[in-house]
Amino acid sequence: MSHRVDAAAPGPERTSPVRAAVSVDGVTKVFNPGRPDQVRALSNVDLTVAEGQFVTLIGPSGCGKSTLLRLIADLISPTMGTITVAGQPAAKARLRQEYGIAFQQSGLFEWRTVLRNVELPLELRGMSRADRKARAEEMLALVGLPDFADHYPAQLSGGMQQRVAIARALAVSPPLLLMDEPFGALDEMTRERLQTELLQICAQTATTTVFVTHSISEAVFLSNRVVVMSPRPGRITASIDVDLPTRDDAARQSPAFFDAITAVRRALRAAPAVAP
Amino acid sequence: MNRAARNGGRTAIAALLGVVLFVLLWEGYKLVGSPDGTVLFGVRILPRADDLSMPHLYDVVRRLGRPELAGGRPVWIVVLHACAFTLGITAVGFAVGALVGLLLAVLMQRFRIVERGLLPYVILSQTVPLVALAPLVAGWSGNLSFGPYPWQDWMTVSLIAAYLAFFPVAVGMLRGLQSPPAAGVELMRSYAAGWWRTLIKLRFPAALPYLFPALRLAGAAAVVGAVVGEISTGTRGGIGRLIIEYSREATSDPAKVYTAMLGAAILGLLVAGFVGLLELPLMRHRRRVEVVTL
Repeated sequence: MSHRVDAAAPGPERTSPVRAAVSVDGVTKVFNPGRPDQVRALSNVDLTVAEGQFVTLIGPSGCGKSTLLRLIADLISPTMGTITVAGQPAAKARLRQEYGIAFQQSGLFEWRTVLRNVELPLELRGMSRADRKARAEEMLALVGLPDFADHYPAQLSGGMQQRVAIARALAVSPPLLLMDEPFGALDEMTRERLQTELLQICAQTATTTVFVTHSISEAVFLSNRVVVMSPRPGRITASIDVDLPTRDDAARQSPAFFDAITAVRRALRAAPAVAP
Repeated sequence: MNRAARNGGRTAIAALLGVVLFVLLWEGYKLVGSPDGTVLFGVRILPRADDLSMPHLYDVVRRLGRPELAGGRPVWIVVLHACAFTLGITAVGFAVGALVGLLLAVLMQRFRIVERGLLPYVILSQTVPLVALAPLVAGWSGNLSFGPYPWQDWMTVSLIAAYLAFFPVAVGMLRGLQSPPAAGVELMRSYAAGWWRTLIKLRFPAALPYLFPALRLAGAAAVVGAVVGEISTGTRGGIGRLIIEYSREATSDPAKVYTAMLGAAILGLLVAGFVGLLELPLMRHRRRVEVVTL
């Protein structure tokens, strides 16, 4: 479909020739409006993600990064502003299953085998039994778990469960992948292995990805662009393009990697200073 | 298969041990307990151990083989017939109660307002004494008929059994339907699955671990409801009636009433066993849990 954008053009991507996979315009989200526990989670946020890009949202807890992801997924609706996914309103994109989603908790159904978990979104799409089995097996091979199709989730380690969740998110070959700290609960070694795998999968399937994390190194290693957010009210304070020559273990030692980490860290530190 | 057989064997041995333990306790107490019971400050704290209050268990077993009345059928056949009759009533009551409980739970899950409005009454319903309720139900339903089929007495008893059985199912199932974590519900939403499909694919399977204990309780409650219902409506032919009849002869034939109670106990075991069988194929994933670490 589309090749990966190596370095996104600085500034607004609306001028970019690549079509926007996600476009968030002037979005504000207020929880419990008009009540004493009213919270302004996001304030006037603009974000554009070009097709094939890997964009990471990073920020301290409470900065609204998960809220922004949930808005794009149409799991909640914005108080103000509009969200467009794959050229259509977010609600319509959800109904047409234009995205796959993975959370910090793998959210696998414990009563289904691994294979049947991956089949779930296909089942809901009305795909035939044979087709969805073949597709799910293909997905399990992609995440390196072809031998665990008949296991139950409780029999797998946390990292394996998370891989199943990724396979499930990718099963319908969505143009967009939304991930909310999917590796947050994993140990460092497993995390780095899965990051590398995820990048390979995204490159292979030409999927656009919006990824939420609070790990700077994870954000830098994965992304074409790191979007830095700050809390109270949640807003975007910086957008840093990352241009690593390669995305493998050697890249983790490269000067470009450390430069980008420094840039993101600076942006995160600077954020409170510009708060009103 | 091998493991299932081993588990089955273990269960059988445990059940047998339970029976042996009961026999030892019963006969052991008869051996050491005072025939007049133990009274402390005018309060009886231990029951009488004489043959009239606690007949020897072998007397009870022997009584099963002898005729009910001179020249009549042997007691075990009478008890078995009564069990079959009450089992039918219990089964209908259990099925109706479980169904109503399920429907109420689904309704309460679907509409928050129903949960708020209905749940207190569901709980209140169980505080109404059964003996007060039975004649009322009999009175109301006396004139009912389903087309050409008039209301039968046993239906009243089934209704009472259902009245007791629906409660644990409604409460347990509601808890179960509400058990899926937010991630699961959001996932279904991301798949554009509506309420019905979320119910079928997520909430129902997630509720099964809550449903089965509730069904066990409902089964026991249905047996109690059927037995008490038979007694208080004066329905003939069941184990409840038999307990009343035999207890009239308690002073002359103490072992006889225990045969009827044995029948009631077997009824409870049958219902519990039935729920266990239901559970077997649906909870397969719960058994094999050896974590693979890779």
